[in-house]
Amino acid sequence: MEVDEKKAHPPYMLIWGVLAVLMLGKVLISMLIGLKWLAVLLLVIVSFTSALLVAFYYMHLRFEPKKLWLLAAVPIPLILIFIFTVMQEFTQR
Amino acid sequence: MTSHAAAVGDGGQERLERGFEFYNLKLGMWIFLLSEVMFFTSLIGAYIILRFAHPEQFPAPGTVLSIELTAFNTFMLICSSVTMVKAYAAVQHDDQQGLQVWLLATIILGASFVGIQMYEYVYLVREGFVPIANLYTAEGGPLYGSTFYLMTGFHGTHVTIGVLALTGVLLRARTGAFNSQKLGPVEIVGLYWHFVDLVWIVLFTIVYLI
Repeated sequence: MEVDEKKAHPPYMLIWGVLAVLMLGKVLISMLIGLKWLAVLLLVIVSFTSALLVAFYYMHLRFEPKKLWLLAAVPIPLILIFIFTVMQEFTQR
Repeated sequence: MTSHAAAVGDGGQERLERGFEFYNLKLGMWIFLLSEVMFFTSLIGAYIILRFAHPEQFPAPGTVLSIELTAFNTFMLICSSVTMVKAYAAVQHDDQQGLQVWLLATIILGASFVGIQMYEYVYLVREGFVPIANLYTAEGGPLYGSTFYLMTGFHGTHVTIGVLALTGVLLRARTGAFNSQKLGPVEIVGLYWHFVDLVWIVLFTIVYLI
């Protein structure tokens, strides 16, 4: 029962605080880091982390059955194929 | 079964898909959201291709678009996500007043996001940042304007639909339609709203910061 209560109430405000800090961090990275590739890399990592926090805790994916995890993972290989195809667009020029 | 998986559909009866541990409405929403992932990925992909192919048309971040204003708008959308989960937590505890207050807060924040985006559009159009090649006079090129309005416009449309859906749920909540045993629509509209927030986190980075 205690576990269910914990699952029902993830630390919403803590996640909110982390998301706000990450958002601020992204703006600072964009403004302060001169190296373009490093800024892009850090921005992608921070954005990916923020997106995962929203999906896991606000959309409650972390507490859902594993079958839903599989369902949610379906677009990932499709996205990878898409990225690979886009990369081909430039490497074959 | 988890507490969330135990949530029941609109009719107050569990309607579980065979082989799955959650109700049909929720399964349908997740499948819809996955199709939305592909939709936005295609838009972002098109943007990346165009940006790589025509780098001269895409100026450095902050030269045309206001990062500060949009960062504030992003913060409001993040706040709207926490008010949405608070509404969901309230209905789980049969807190009718809490449900209505948090839903109203989410609607106000969402509508404010759209309002600020409209203000941004008006400002940018006056500066010559338009999606029409012949009329484009801002820094960069018309591809920048076209892709910007396409991506942010589609996202703004999603936010608007979300605000309308939330308003519908709030009106039903005012009649006492939801409780801890009957909270399907609150959870479903919440999933949609958080997805819209998630997409903006990515779009803000790609369109405004990179």
